[in-house]
Amino acid sequence: MSLLADLPRGHRATVVRVADDAHPATARRLEDLGFTSGVEVEVVRRAPLRDPVIYRVKDYELCLRRAQAQCVLIQEAA
Amino acid sequence: MEAGCHSEGTRSAVGTALPRIALIGSPNAGKTSIFNALTGMHAKTGNYPGVTVSRYIGNTRIGDQRYVIEDLPGTYSLEPISPDEQVMVDVLHGRLDGEQSPDALLVTVDATTLRRSLRLVAQVLRLGLPTCVVVTFTDELTGRQGHLDVEAFEQALGVPVLRVIGNRGQGIDRLRDRIAQWRTWNLPALPPPAEPAETDAWAESVLTFAAYRAPGRHRVTQRVDAVLLHPIWGSVVFFAVMMLFFQTVFTVAAPLQDYVETFFGWLSGLVAEHIGNRWVAGLLGEALLGGIGAVLVFVPQIVMLFLLIALLEGVGYMSRAAFLMDRVMARAGLEGRAFVALLSSFACAIPGIMATRTLPSAKDRLATMMAAPLMTCSARLPVYVLLIGLLVDPQARVGPFGVQGLVMFGMYLLGAVSAMVAAWVFKKIGDRRGALMPFYMEMPPYRLPSVRSVLVAMGHSAKSFLRKCTTIIAVTTVALWLLLNLPLHSDAELRAHGVDPGDSAAVATYVTDHSYAAAVGHFVAPVFEPLGFDWRINVGVLSAQSARETFVATLGQVAAADDPEQPTQALRSMTHTDGPHAGQALFTAPTVAALLVFFAFAMQCMATIGVMRRETGGWKWPMIAFGYLTGLAWVMAYLARTVVALLGG
Repeated sequence: MSLLADLPRGHRATVVRVADDAHPATARRLEDLGFTSGVEVEVVRRAPLRDPVIYRVKDYELCLRRAQAQCVLIQEAA
Repeated sequence: MEAGCHSEGTRSAVGTALPRIALIGSPNAGKTSIFNALTGMHAKTGNYPGVTVSRYIGNTRIGDQRYVIEDLPGTYSLEPISPDEQVMVDVLHGRLDGEQSPDALLVTVDATTLRRSLRLVAQVLRLGLPTCVVVTFTDELTGRQGHLDVEAFEQALGVPVLRVIGNRGQGIDRLRDRIAQWRTWNLPALPPPAEPAETDAWAESVLTFAAYRAPGRHRVTQRVDAVLLHPIWGSVVFFAVMMLFFQTVFTVAAPLQDYVETFFGWLSGLVAEHIGNRWVAGLLGEALLGGIGAVLVFVPQIVMLFLLIALLEGVGYMSRAAFLMDRVMARAGLEGRAFVALLSSFACAIPGIMATRTLPSAKDRLATMMAAPLMTCSARLPVYVLLIGLLVDPQARVGPFGVQGLVMFGMYLLGAVSAMVAAWVFKKIGDRRGALMPFYMEMPPYRLPSVRSVLVAMGHSAKSFLRKCTTIIAVTTVALWLLLNLPLHSDAELRAHGVDPGDSAAVATYVTDHSYAAAVGHFVAPVFEPLGFDWRINVGVLSAQSARETFVATLGQVAAADDPEQPTQALRSMTHTDGPHAGQALFTAPTVAALLVFFAFAMQCMATIGVMRRETGGWKWPMIAFGYLTGLAWVMAYLARTVVALLGG
């Protein structure tokens, strides 16, 4: 299990869950944005200054800062 | 005007008991274009009581019945994580002071992001209010090889579902018919489950039943983003777009601004020609027409700015710009979206403050608003041109660059850097309480906005700019004109002081020198004396309070320049009239430097104060902004004076 923030560009993974130590409000919002258990996520692109990063999840694209992406636990596809 | 928009909206919403329909949806789901299609240009904007969250309320007539339509702030969830989101949930639950829950809800969902959006739909359906789901962008879904059986979707959800393409107006008539029947809308037999994992399972079962096939990737978006978000090319294009943005705002608008100026000059001329009484002519021609002209002269520029923002927003480039700038803005504790607001403030702080509405966090909004007046707005430009002309020899060069241009660039840089620092400080103060909002931003596919939707967005902004500014600026200019021209002097009195009543320039100088404004200028002299300002400069600074650029004309008038618009020569020869420096030149390098810096920081714009009051829903924040900027202006001007005096002496 690893963190979404560490997933390299172009890679796909499956969301395991939002980390337990994430702020409850952040955790809830990440789930409402689509980062729920079992959902596939892909790193689309990084900003020129490395942060934030665009992810593709539940058929749409959104960007998160590293601080938020560190709250999502993932399992990279074998 | 003081009643404020929201109270008006509330009265019509509750007092007359019209059916009240609330629009809910995620950002980019096409909610605003549906709201505009339903309510036309008659929407009222205001604030929810006590918070910096914009409220949009409009009316629509269907048959004989009128309905109140409320456009709730775009959201991804009904589980609030900030006080601003709490307000929206309070509206839905009827917990807002004196208001009941809306009678019915319209939920807009983007068909291309249905998998995510169903979570919000589930939360809305659990409210138990009559609900109709409006599916948008079905044309794009089909275009990207996706599929949705709308009838089956309706069956699966158990509530009415309608397909609407808001920006083309397709389906709006059917939506209106549906709204008229809101009392008969079905409620789901069983509300969707609340438990997160079960909600996902519910969503998947609904999608399967509705034969949903997710859209393929948007090819155009992928190709365009490969360039526009490329680490190198993306940055190049970004700076090119920004350059073009300013070129358009300043150069395309300039001739239009000249027309406005000429027109008002002509009107004032007519007044001077046809009204015999000098005093009435002055009040009407200089004060009232001058004041309104001072606002309208900025209209071409501001309309252009709003047009470009609406266009870039509609196409989807604004979220890309915010994505590229997020890291830079993070240094000031802000997020990428605040960049658009600060950028607009280069033209005028007012559109900048209005643009903070796109920021989801109230703390970010306030910090950005506090910083916006520091950006070098175009009203400062004539003042800088005059003062830099006094300070620096036009021939002076450093390498290939003229020193005048370098100083001007330095002033812009000073404004931008101070704005970032100010935002950082206000964000630090704001963040002491409460948790940090997580940052997230959807990247919508590039879409071709309809001409109508761009024009409507531009029209809304321009209209609220005019409504907010005209009154406050007209009142301030008239008040200042009265201060500068009262008390009245009879011809006998003028002659007694050796002034020929026929010489209008001499009379103007005498009137200004003996006006109430001059008395104020003398009164505040001890405060500004350390900066090297004499009472005449104080009068100029005071008159700049309505609009900064009037400083040039006022100084010209005070100095009795032959051409009040070009007072440089007359100002050079001005000396202190009294006090320890009597006879010495007034506009020395340290004094001019102090003035320049004072104008960079001081909040000399009543219109900005007025807009801040509107946007924050109270006097607290405009007063804080006025206080801190004026204090800062004094301190920084004193520093500038000291530094320049040390260097020069």
